[in-house]
Amino acid sequence: MPAPLIEMRGITKSFGAVKANEAVDLSVAPGEILGLLGENGAGKTTLMNVLFGAYAPDAGEILIQGRSVRIASSADALAAGIGMVHQHFHLAPRLTVLENLLIGMSGKSGRIDRAGGLARLAEIGRQHGLTLDPNLPVSALSVGEQQRLEIVKALFRGAKLLILDEPTAVLAPSEVDGLFSALRSMAAQGLGIIFISHKLNEVRALTHRCTVLRHGRVAGRVDDPANTTSAAMAQLMCGHEIVPPARGPSTPGGAVLILDGISTSKHSGTALRDISLAVHAGEILGIAGVSGNGQRALAEVISGVRTPDAGRMTIAGQTVSRFSPREVQALGLGRIPEDRMTTGLVTNLPLADSMVLPRIGTSTFSARGLLKPDAIRAFAEEQIKAYDIRCPGPMTRAGALSGGNLQKALLARELAFDPKVLIVSQPTRGLDIGAARFIHEKFLDMRAKGCGIIVIGEDLEELLVLCDRIAVMYEGRIAGTLDSADATIARLGLLMTGAEAHG
Amino acid sequence: MFRLEVRTSTPAWFNLVLPLLAIAATLILCSGLIALAGANVFESYGVMFTASLGDSYAITETLVRAAPMIFTGLAVAVAFRAKFWNIGAEGQLLAGAVASCFVGAIPMPGPLAMLLMAVAGAAAGAAVALVPATLRVRFKVDDVVSSLLLNSVIYYALMALIEGPWKDSFSGYPISPPIEDSANFPVLIEGTRLHLGVVAALIAAPLIWFLIVRTTLGFRIRVTGENPEAARYGGIHVERVLISTALLSGALAGLAGVGEVGGVHFQVMSDISPGYGYSGIVVAMLARLNPLGVVPAAIFLAAVMTGAEAMSRATGVPAFLSDVIQGTALLAMLVALLFTAYRIRRVGAIR
Ligand SMILES: Nc1ncnc2c1ncn2[C@@H]1O[C@H](COP(=O)(O)OP(=O)(O)OP(=O)(O)O)[C@@H](O)[C@H]1O
Ligand SMILES: [Mg+2]
Repeated sequence: MPAPLIEMRGITKSFGAVKANEAVDLSVAPGEILGLLGENGAGKTTLMNVLFGAYAPDAGEILIQGRSVRIASSADALAAGIGMVHQHFHLAPRLTVLENLLIGMSGKSGRIDRAGGLARLAEIGRQHGLTLDPNLPVSALSVGEQQRLEIVKALFRGAKLLILDEPTAVLAPSEVDGLFSALRSMAAQGLGIIFISHKLNEVRALTHRCTVLRHGRVAGRVDDPANTTSAAMAQLMCGHEIVPPARGPSTPGGAVLILDGISTSKHSGTALRDISLAVHAGEILGIAGVSGNGQRALAEVISGVRTPDAGRMTIAGQTVSRFSPREVQALGLGRIPEDRMTTGLVTNLPLADSMVLPRIGTSTFSARGLLKPDAIRAFAEEQIKAYDIRCPGPMTRAGALSGGNLQKALLARELAFDPKVLIVSQPTRGLDIGAARFIHEKFLDMRAKGCGIIVIGEDLEELLVLCDRIAVMYEGRIAGTLDSADATIARLGLLMTGAEAHG
Repeated sequence: MFRLEVRTSTPAWFNLVLPLLAIAATLILCSGLIALAGANVFESYGVMFTASLGDSYAITETLVRAAPMIFTGLAVAVAFRAKFWNIGAEGQLLAGAVASCFVGAIPMPGPLAMLLMAVAGAAAGAAVALVPATLRVRFKVDDVVSSLLLNSVIYYALMALIEGPWKDSFSGYPISPPIEDSANFPVLIEGTRLHLGVVAALIAAPLIWFLIVRTTLGFRIRVTGENPEAARYGGIHVERVLISTALLSGALAGLAGVGEVGGVHFQVMSDISPGYGYSGIVVAMLARLNPLGVVPAAIFLAAVMTGAEAMSRATGVPAFLSDVIQGTALLAMLVALLFTAYRIRRVGAIR
């Protein structure tokens, strides 16, 4: 094995009582892609933030090419050749791609070398297939392109080690291949890469070696990920076996949600064109499709925040007349959004507030305009216990919770009132397999209780495990619906490209 | 080397300590100006203190000044909770003053007059606040700009009124006719100016606190302010909440004007408010938007104002120092607020 490019030794970092990292050792060799695995809250992001200079470790040292260095800021990290692509991007939306690359790059003279920048950008694009239009404003880029820009930015600054924190969580499956080939090409040139993901098949396909964290400590290492089973890795991460939930046969009842000829104008995003579908009690219907084919608009219509131009929607036999979130909720719709932090929870307020938000006006939580603080608190405490939401208590700021715990909180809030229909988008994005397993189980429980569930997702394997039927969206239409017994990834993939719809 | 790290939670005692720190920093910073004016710093602050809080009469005077700032402070705190950026408390106060003066000049039994003055003043303030709120909800007009500019519109409308139809034909001064004597707010302690409006302000603060913390409207205001998208998806009618907030905020600012007319000046003139509406922003920030904190914050600023005048007479330091202290206190508080979101860490301990 070549001498390590970067070595972290005995890194310990606590936040108050929480030991996020404890005596962690990790090393990356030039040209190596290291997978960093662990459950939600295992300390992956914290460890990488220490390496990138965002946090000062309580103990431990960092060596670059054998020399001990002190990284006190991200500027130090960049100067030491460490680049990081965060889960949330750090780009200036109004500036162009090129301008974003040149931020902070002016030399001592204070002059900005546009021509040089253009040339480097073109060269990087050629070498690794990371092409970007230099003159587009960042706000016009897709999420995948923004991520590409973050990677190029790191290369621009001469990164020798690139850290990617869950880069694939925001990508469509088709974009993942492009990312992987770029990463492989960079590694072939001697770059070290640290790759964080909860998707073990990705880790097995891409990485050369893995370090697994559990509760802040190194739980083990995997030397040959390609030939290690996902189950074995999962066992290392969680400390116990993870068995995928078994979906028993379903006995669907009557339709609980009916969309009849729903169309929307192309106000923002893809318009819906004549969508008709039905979800039955005790059934899980998947909505597959490449993102941007109308899934968002569909979710908005069903959630009551967008009024369709044509068509009818019925929830539990009642026709929705005014399309407001309050009305669809009152009819029995529960909703678990994909963007937990923006349309789900209120990060700056106590968790309890978020947990009662959709039902604050009901007699459970208020009467004659006055809140019932004890009822609110008791409800939150009860759900925290029932769903094992890890947090100090109902008054914790919601934003302080980890992704998996936020998702559990949302789930608890919606399921507590026995919705007749549940609409869910990307339910396990960013969650570790243990947490994902838990969420899946809850959906199956709801299905057994007679709830009709719609799961909008891009992860076909997840949909195949979970759903009874899968409808594929293409350009705002339902391109086809398959029974999941007959569905295969290949057939779904074909529908997703619109092939059968046209043929 | 130091740096800022994001905090996950803010200890409760910060609410108390931060404003005190900000005030201490302000007094230290402003002592330089006093020294520059050639006065003794300790003596000057001493005069300020005794003149504003030194004896019971001084305290009543300070409370009389604090009353309008409690109302405007509450107005701003409520608005800012919903992220309705109401910079227009000054204009809303003036509108409230004009409306209550108009009503107070109509002969009728005293208690009825006072009640109607309050209703009219609150309604006028609410109507003014409705303008920026409607512009924002309907046309996405920036509420900071529209509410701020409206202050000038209202001020010049008031000037036009007292220079025109309301002008005192006898003396020729630009002041409105006085309200009826029976409409004058009763004085609570003989020999002072401590009037009913001060008590109303002191009662309003816990009421507004209750509204924010314990009512569904307050819940909706908080949620809308922190995350309008989540509020909308949660079934909250965000636009309606913003309009309600604006009406409430404007009404509170209008009441500040009512108190000045009914309890202090008994008429309207051009300088009826020495910027109480703007001071309300400082008060609300010092209080960290907590309605209960508005009371001590307003009393502090009132003490600075009354104290600065006495200090100016005694030591020759210009009374403008009061404005400087207000401005500095706002800046110091904004800096102090940084510590609620971040903590300072010393770096370099790695070995
Ligand atoms: N700034 C912070 N203040 C306090 N606690 C924190 C902070 N950042 C992280 N933590 C805690 O440290 C632990 C590790 O968190 P970290 O974000 O590193 O986990 P992770 O492995 O990246 O998880 P995920 O897979 O969900 O991204 C968690 O318990 C988390 O709650
Ligand atoms: Mg993380």
